Amino acid sequence: MNEAVRFHFVVDGEDFTSAGQASVQVKKNLRRLGIPPEIIRKISIAMYEGEINMVIHANGGEAEVLVYEDRVEMILTDRGPGIANIEDAMKEGYSTAPDNVRSLGFGAGMGLPNMKRYTDGMKIESVVGEGTTITMTVNLT
Amino acid sequence: MTVQQLAAELSLVSLALPDPQREVEGVYIGDLLSWVMGRAQSGNAWITIMSNLNIVAVATLADVSCIILAEGVTPDEQVKETAASKDINILATDMTAYQVASALSGLGL
Repeated sequence: MNEAVRFHFVVDGEDFTSAGQASVQVKKNLRRLGIPPEIIRKISIAMYEGEINMVIHANGGEAEVLVYEDRVEMILTDRGPGIANIEDAMKEGYSTAPDNVRSLGFGAGMGLPNMKRYTDGMKIESVVGEGTTITMTVNLT
Repeated sequence: MTVQQLAAELSLVSLALPDPQREVEGVYIGDLLSWVMGRAQSGNAWITIMSNLNIVAVATLADVSCIILAEGVTPDEQVKETAASKDINILATDMTAYQVASALSGLGL
C-alpha cells in the first residue's frame, strides 16, 4: 500500500437520524482492509462524533478518510458557524447543542473530547462565520 | 449465552433479531450516546431507554451484542427495519434498567 486508500463522504445536515452512515461505512471498509478491530473501533467512534457534530452544528459537511500504511487520517470539513472558543469546546461537559439534540441522547459535551481520546493526533482549524476543519490521525503501527 | 437464550430467559420481546446466535459478554447501561459509544465493550448487552434511530449506529460502532430497551419504550418502525438490515439485535421489556441488570446478573453476566 504505497498510495493512500481514500474514502469520501458527504454528511447530510438535514437528517439527524441518518447521521452515522459515513462512520458505519468506514468501519466496514477498514474491516475489509484487514485493520485490527480495536483500531477500527477508535477510528469509527471518532468519526461518528465528528459526523454528529457536523449535523448538529454545521448543517452537514464532508469527510475524507485516507488510509496509509502506517496511519489513518480523517479530515472533516464544514461551512458551519465555526468554534468561537476551542479551549471551552474541548472541555468535557461543555456544549452549545440545542435541547432537541439533547433529548436524542447527544449534546452532552463529549464529542470533541471523545475525538481527542480515541485518536493519536487531532488538529482543529476554525474560523467563526466560515467553518471548521478537523484533522484526526490514528496510528496503525 | 447467546442473545436468543438471553431473550428467552428474561422473556424479552424481540423487536429485531438478525443475529440471534451472537454471544453476550457483559452488560452496559447508559442513555448518553457519546458516553455509551466510548465506554460500552464489544459483546455487551446494552440497556437503554433511548429509542431513536441513532441507537442503531451507536450499537454498530460499539459492537454490542444487543440493545435492550427498558421501561417499556417502543422505537419507531424505521428503527426495527434499520436494526434488522444492520445486523443489530433489539430486545424490549417493561422492566426498569435496574431490574434488567439484576436479572442479567442472576444469569451470571
